[in-house]
Amino acid sequence: MALINVKTREVQIKIVYYGPGRGGKTTNLEYINKKYRDQIKTEMVSLKTQDDRTLFFDFLPFDVGQIKGFDVTIQLYTVPGQAKYNATRRLVLRGVDGIVFVADLQKEQRKKNIESLNQLYENLETYRIDLFKIPLVMQYNKIDLKNSGNEILPTEILQKDLNSVLGAPAFEASALSGGNVIPTLRKIITLTLSSIQDQIF
Amino acid sequence: MFNQSQLDAIDSAILTNLIESGIDHVIFMNMAGNTIAKHNNGKSRLDSTAFAALAAGNFAAVDAMAKLVGESEFSLLFHKGEKLSIHFSKVNEETLLITMFNKDIALGLVRLKVAETVKEIIHILDDK
Repeated sequence: MALINVKTREVQIKIVYYGPGRGGKTTNLEYINKKYRDQIKTEMVSLKTQDDRTLFFDFLPFDVGQIKGFDVTIQLYTVPGQAKYNATRRLVLRGVDGIVFVADLQKEQRKKNIESLNQLYENLETYRIDLFKIPLVMQYNKIDLKNSGNEILPTEILQKDLNSVLGAPAFEASALSGGNVIPTLRKIITLTLSSIQDQIF
Repeated sequence: MFNQSQLDAIDSAILTNLIESGIDHVIFMNMAGNTIAKHNNGKSRLDSTAFAALAAGNFAAVDAMAKLVGESEFSLLFHKGEKLSIHFSKVNEETLLITMFNKDIALGLVRLKVAETVKEIIHILDDK
């Protein structure tokens, strides 16, 4: 639920990057952090394990300027992707306004993508949030592996597996090189702002 | 959403009870990690946005641990540092009050002042 402060005229929006482990959620935020360094007032916060895996979350806030007299801050979070961290994943989802589901398009990750999406549905249910109603963008990450000989899933299969019922906007992306990272971000911000505009504007 | 008079009253409660008592920083925030009100004594700086996100995560993790050991909640958290300490207090199901204070102030006084402030904030939030 976006926080709208009528006194300070600020709006704070929480967007969570969700998906299976090693799918590129943190890499998305790292790219955004690098690209928009000038607009980001604070350091990116990463709570990670010794072997560089996300333990709790990554956090990156940045301002998108004023909309109808309100200063809008977008707060990006990632969840830990590893299966054993579901309790912490659920905690990070508290108060979420929009979700980017980062799927890994490597063939051997097919099952993990589906499991992760199912678990997202269940985790949101605990906050009485419906995955079918919350702003959502699908990102099929690691398209850069296409030419490296790795077996990857075609977008049609990913769409069928993950997005046939949800019908969310979807992007093929390469978080590592930045391909479609910013269009994904722009899309989720637009969808989320439009979903809360009745409350603010 | 909080209305203007609620936000004014919350600011006033924080300033009168806490900042004037010598507490360095106060953040009133929701459990999602968003800051609702923040005040400081003007002498020190803090990245309150990142702080609120981490504080929400910290409180949520401890809350989940409480449930695992059969407690309904741990409503108070306290982290003691060499120069600065942090006190977390749950206000209601959705909000937290965090105070940061230096070694010149006794924890007992902070707890007393925080308890008064929490009571006032609950009253303000109920008084829609």
